[in-house]
Amino acid sequence: MNTPKLYAAREPIFPRRVSGTFRRFKWWIMIVTLGIYYLTPWIRWDRGPNLPDQAVLIDMANRRFYFFWIEIWPHEFYFVAGLLIMAGLGLFLFTSALGRVWCGYTCPQTVWTDLYILVERWIEGDRNARVRLHRAKWDFHKWRLRLTKWLVWLLIGVATGGAWVFYFTDAPTLFRDLLNFSAHPVAYITIAVLTLTTFVFGGFMREQVCIYMCPWPRIQAAMMDPDTLTVAYREWRGEPRGKQRVEGAGDCIDCMACVNVCPMGIDIRDGQQLECITCALCIDACDDVMERIGKPRGLIDYLALSDEPAERAGAKPRPIWQHVLRLRTLIYTALWAAIGAGLLYALFIRSDIELTVSPVRNPTFVVQSDGAIRNIYDVRLRNKLGEDREFHLSLTSDEILRIELEGRDGQLRFPVPANQTILQRVYVTARPQDPAASRDRTDLRFWVEDIGSGERASQATTFNGRVQ
Amino acid sequence: MSEKKVDETTGVETTGHSWDGIEELNNPLPRWWLWTLYATIIWGIGYVIAYPAWPMISSATSGVLGYSTRGEVAAQIAEHEAENAQLVAQLNEADLATLAPGDDLHRYAVSRGGAVFKAQCSQCHGSGAAGATGYSNLLDNDWLWGGDIENIALTIRHGIRNETDLDARYSEMPAYDEVFEDDEIDAVVEYVYSLSRSEADATLAAAGSELFLDNCAACHGDNAEGNRDLGAPNLGDAIWLYGGDRAALEYTVRNARYGVMPAWGQRLSDEDVRAVSVYVHSLGGGE
Repeated sequence: MNTPKLYAAREPIFPRRVSGTFRRFKWWIMIVTLGIYYLTPWIRWDRGPNLPDQAVLIDMANRRFYFFWIEIWPHEFYFVAGLLIMAGLGLFLFTSALGRVWCGYTCPQTVWTDLYILVERWIEGDRNARVRLHRAKWDFHKWRLRLTKWLVWLLIGVATGGAWVFYFTDAPTLFRDLLNFSAHPVAYITIAVLTLTTFVFGGFMREQVCIYMCPWPRIQAAMMDPDTLTVAYREWRGEPRGKQRVEGAGDCIDCMACVNVCPMGIDIRDGQQLECITCALCIDACDDVMERIGKPRGLIDYLALSDEPAERAGAKPRPIWQHVLRLRTLIYTALWAAIGAGLLYALFIRSDIELTVSPVRNPTFVVQSDGAIRNIYDVRLRNKLGEDREFHLSLTSDEILRIELEGRDGQLRFPVPANQTILQRVYVTARPQDPAASRDRTDLRFWVEDIGSGERASQATTFNGRVQ
Repeated sequence: MSEKKVDETTGVETTGHSWDGIEELNNPLPRWWLWTLYATIIWGIGYVIAYPAWPMISSATSGVLGYSTRGEVAAQIAEHEAENAQLVAQLNEADLATLAPGDDLHRYAVSRGGAVFKAQCSQCHGSGAAGATGYSNLLDNDWLWGGDIENIALTIRHGIRNETDLDARYSEMPAYDEVFEDDEIDAVVEYVYSLSRSEADATLAAAGSELFLDNCAACHGDNAEGNRDLGAPNLGDAIWLYGGDRAALEYTVRNARYGVMPAWGQRLSDEDVRAVSVYVHSLGGGE
């Protein structure tokens, strides 16, 4: 009995150079996405004194997230959660409309692999040269090309890991520290790890990451249906494939152009398969060949499976918008937009003052020597503006209550420095003859007012008395 | 050796296993996946050698790196203490009366003192410092031995009526059980009771008033306003350490009270005594 091999080595793939509409589009996406990734930390944004002037900054030490004019505090993390949910729903929407368009165009794994393949082609030549080099002996020529390629890959990896850490601290300062070897070890370790993952994932693992490591290809199947536009081969037009002189031959001349350009190493003519990331390079390759042999383009094309019966019968496929506009995509769009609108609303109603009142309930009240009842409150006031502000604290209640601020010499106003939270202890007292002193609970409301702008915030709480 | 078995429909090799005619296809796993498995095993072995891992009877293997989470905590505490060394030095030299709320040193003293209070003082005075019968409430504005920062610090450092510190606060109220007749005790109780309440028996209280002036006023004052030098409480206010009803007052007059507090200067470091003094002073009743 022959024991089958349960483990297989990776089959090397040598994608051929291709040009065409989709390839051009992908170059642009690569430039834009990599440009955003590498350059964003260097954008400056003046926020005034004592605040970072980096436009996008995740400031872990001070627990702030800066995004241009928006500043997110830890208690507003729901903004980040909301954005992540929107990203998820956006992915659902695009997948149900256009299949694995995220995988094929914008996934970092695809973009960096594309970049690494570009470098590989510049140094080692196109597909045939690379196949020859792969089979060649390890002589000086091969070592020279391989080492050059790995060095360039490594530099891209370092730049990738390097750009990542700039998002977490002031980029120019960190850049200088990194060069002086005076940056924090965490920065070097992070760069080293991301350099290694970029180098290995982009240079050597490539499609293995998509096929074996990524969960998304599995999940995506749940979002796709027969109306989803995806890259497919018009088998009814192409088959039987082969030489064109043969009677009744299909349009496919079996030139293998689609297979040779595929970064995943598959044959799209075998039908939809898990490995296909719908990068559309086979469309470009096939269109090029069809034009040269004088046949209509689109033997390999974006098409929806629901059109297949009509197309086989010789009819035209339905227009794209009829596939894209359907209940499923409309629901995803509606959910996405609803969360986006909610976040925008939350962003605009955000107050620059944040007031939290926590009554001290251990003990619930203190009896003073004259029989007065005192309650203690911890008032936390957050000044979310970049300038110092002075606030006035007061309370409203149906009963007579006296207010006193600890350490303010009888004043009811106190300053809160820019971008800080202050904890102010507040004493509220009911004289023995006041009803609140002998009543279990009395409602009251604390008010703060920005003395400069008149902006107000309030919070309700209760006063505890001593029931005789 | 037989040749490879291939499934006709899919063209994929089979493992040769067949159950009721259903054959198992062999889609081989990538080899690097296997390497990753081996790498994690090697990593695991290295981890077990380097770090604490195997549980033994009373502890665990310690690992060659000598790492422990407890050691890390100790190192962090030492690091924080080193960072705070300057503040501690300042606290030890500072004139506590000049510390103002909002100062860094005041804030440090309050948070350090709060931690000391929770650990050492809360057993009697309560975690919120509200006290209990016989244990004074530190939040109000009534102080037996004085409520300014110096007096609070003195009380904490030397304690009250303890036998270990010669400088402890000291005074002793006599037990009047043997001194007064029963009706005299009733009269004194009624007088003290009347000081802060209006519904007392005026005739009885008037009789008690004379007994009070002769026997009690030396410590408690002619108007029962108390005397902080002797820790004699003000009997005219609304605060009663041992209860203010007639029964509690009678018990106090007959048997006296003898509240004791340890001398914390003998148990805590100087900075902890100072910090907890600032903390108590900051609770709302400080003078």
